[in-house]
Amino acid sequence: MKKEIIISGFGGQGGLAIGKNLAEAGMAQGFYVTWAPSYGPEMRGGTANCSVVVSDKPVGSPVFAHPTELIALNAPSLDKFEAGVQPGGMVFVNSDVVTDRVPRADLTAYYIPCSHIAEEIGNPKVSNMVMLGAYVAATGLLKPETIEAMIQAMFTGPKAKLVPLNIEAFRRGMTAIA
Amino acid sequence: MAIVYQKSAGLTDSELHYCPGCNHGIIHKLVAESLVELGLLDDAIGVCPVGCSVFAYNYFSCDMLEAAHGRAPAVATGIKRTHPTQAVFTYQGDGDLASIGAAEIVHAAMRGEKFTTIFVNNAIYGMTGGQMAPTTLIGQRATTCQSGRTVEQAGMPIRMAEMLSTLDGCVYAERVCVTDIANINKAKRAIKKAFEKQMNREGFTFVEVLSTCPTNWGMTPIKAVEWLKENMIPYYPLGVIKDTGAEVK
Amino acid sequence: MEKELWKGNEAIAEAAIRAGCNCFFGYPITPQSEVPEYMSVHLPEAGGVFVQSESEVAAINMVYGAAGAGMRAMTSSSSPGISLKQEGISYLAGAELPCVIVNCMRGGPGLGTIQPSQGDYFQATRGGGNGDYRTVVLAPSNVQETVDFVQQAFDIADQYRNPVIVVCDGLIGQMMEPIEWHPVPKRNLPPKDWAACGRRDRDHHNVINSLYMDPEECDRHNLHLEEKYAQIQANETRWEAVHCDDAEIVITAYGTPARIALTALETLRAEGIKVGLFRPITLWPFPEKALHELAGAAHVRAFLDVEMSSSGQMLDDVRLAVEGQKPVHYLGHAGGVMPTVEEMVESVKRLEKEVK
Repeated sequence: MKKEIIISGFGGQGGLAIGKNLAEAGMAQGFYVTWAPSYGPEMRGGTANCSVVVSDKPVGSPVFAHPTELIALNAPSLDKFEAGVQPGGMVFVNSDVVTDRVPRADLTAYYIPCSHIAEEIGNPKVSNMVMLGAYVAATGLLKPETIEAMIQAMFTGPKAKLVPLNIEAFRRGMTAIA
Repeated sequence: MAIVYQKSAGLTDSELHYCPGCNHGIIHKLVAESLVELGLLDDAIGVCPVGCSVFAYNYFSCDMLEAAHGRAPAVATGIKRTHPTQAVFTYQGDGDLASIGAAEIVHAAMRGEKFTTIFVNNAIYGMTGGQMAPTTLIGQRATTCQSGRTVEQAGMPIRMAEMLSTLDGCVYAERVCVTDIANINKAKRAIKKAFEKQMNREGFTFVEVLSTCPTNWGMTPIKAVEWLKENMIPYYPLGVIKDTGAEVK
Repeated sequence: MEKELWKGNEAIAEAAIRAGCNCFFGYPITPQSEVPEYMSVHLPEAGGVFVQSESEVAAINMVYGAAGAGMRAMTSSSSPGISLKQEGISYLAGAELPCVIVNCMRGGPGLGTIQPSQGDYFQATRGGGNGDYRTVVLAPSNVQETVDFVQQAFDIADQYRNPVIVVCDGLIGQMMEPIEWHPVPKRNLPPKDWAACGRRDRDHHNVINSLYMDPEECDRHNLHLEEKYAQIQANETRWEAVHCDDAEIVITAYGTPARIALTALETLRAEGIKVGLFRPITLWPFPEKALHELAGAAHVRAFLDVEMSSSGQMLDDVRLAVEGQKPVHYLGHAGGVMPTVEEMVESVKRLEKEVK
């Protein structure tokens, strides 16, 4: 089993954080993982992306041209990476930001209104957790309880009050797929 | 028989290589005596430059490091930050400190590094054979300005003590010379004061010592002393330029 | 042992602190700025000293001062900054001072790019500064190795009184990977009785110096250094050989391209192509003998050197070691472009057809 995931969006949209969450959760489940960002000035405002590998064997290349899944948080990201996705792969789109549809028939596309759901819950910042929930539900790679334990560990002390909000966002993302 | 004078324990028995009439020997002696009299010799760590005093590590009896050209203040920063209770000094000439090492000395002073710099200004590159230094006076001849330094070609000479004293991290800057007994005594008082302020952890301390270079100035030692008094002191005035613990005269 | 997810640059800094690094002197430059950032917070917490220097030139000279006074000293930078440190590295090598220098390589020449590269191989292994000297050069290819090597680097430096350079590239510095904090195997390190740290009750003063005016004395000093370098070559040369026992095509690569090659190996072996990877772990001392012997093996038909460098730099060392026994081919990119798995697979397949 080897998942090669590209997460891409505008700098500040939180794509790098989604990738980090995937790597963290993969590690917690005993997988080999890597997280490699595109870096530099483009992180501030331009398009930022990261490459995540989750595998049951040690990871060779942490970068790749043909992801098994693409998470596109904005339109340029979908344009840039969609063609490279492996046949039979999945594409996750934040449909509140991206209005385009995925043209390829050999891919499974999920359109998740992440921003909309996040606002419904009461905080637009948790749209990433919605996307993470969608990814977890669609791929079945990671267990929901792993993610929820990770959320518990992420927010401690004065930030602990953010735990229920993030868990709710994650669960809403999961149900958005079903 | 009573001993009325002896060589400082702060100096080794190595024979000095300096030219006749050069002031480095006197300045070495004053630094060494100051370290001994303040009880700092056993703890002291010195950094020498590239220039005429490159071999100072052979002459001072405390532990010494030889730095790359101009980098002594950075080397001393590395030492002092990791040995904050010990006396640390750099001994640098004008090419080393005011030219190639200008950035290092300015930033050490800016950070208020708690070491002492002894800056020997003889207005010329000595070791390499008499080239123009940033401190060479207008009209003064050097092998790279053979008709005399001009403003058009090289700008006005740099006054390091005044420049560094503008930085808040520099707590003490004084300019002295060692042309006669009275000035030698003043120079020693300045050097001791700088070390005392260093040990009080007040900040960066700087003593500029005007010095002769009879060889490269092309003069006898006596003439060189006269030339220093007549030409250098008017441009590089002696005295305390900054002392945060006292009124500036 | 529990795995922790660490970013390469932060792991470098933490590894140094755990190795007993007393002081760090650095200057910001992408893609290694997380090293000084992490150090500025955590080194003082561990009782150490952090100074942001005015330049890379000053940073390496602060290292010289602290190392000369007996401290475990470190600096890090990326390629253009490492160029500025070369003067200091030459002096450190000449004065025989131990220290650790991390180069998180980016593309060049000049300002180049901030993306990963391996264009500083010559500079690191040939001595970028003046004079006859060598620095030990460790080349990790993942975050775990980076952490292990940074810790080992302090001991190697102390054992031989010599600067040790850890070269990684921008990708290793920026990527995250799970690591475990292994205890570093203990070495028997000599006392630093040479340090200029105040003479106290010593009967002589210590001098840290690289100046020898008498040419014969300077010659003797260089011979002494040569003897030391020979010892390092004998004791510290490291490499890894993957699937080389029956390989017909051997990829030579270090750092990030070496781990990319592992994926290519997997693909190629699945197709029945006998390909191996020879990975130098120490770039100096280069594993010359091991590679020479491998080149002599009957099953090996050709080498493919892969680097993030335009025309190949380690390639020179590979050719010197192979000594014409087998053809050596090259695949590489510079300027921050990484060789891909697909390119490697394609190159090996083409090469395999050629040699058959």
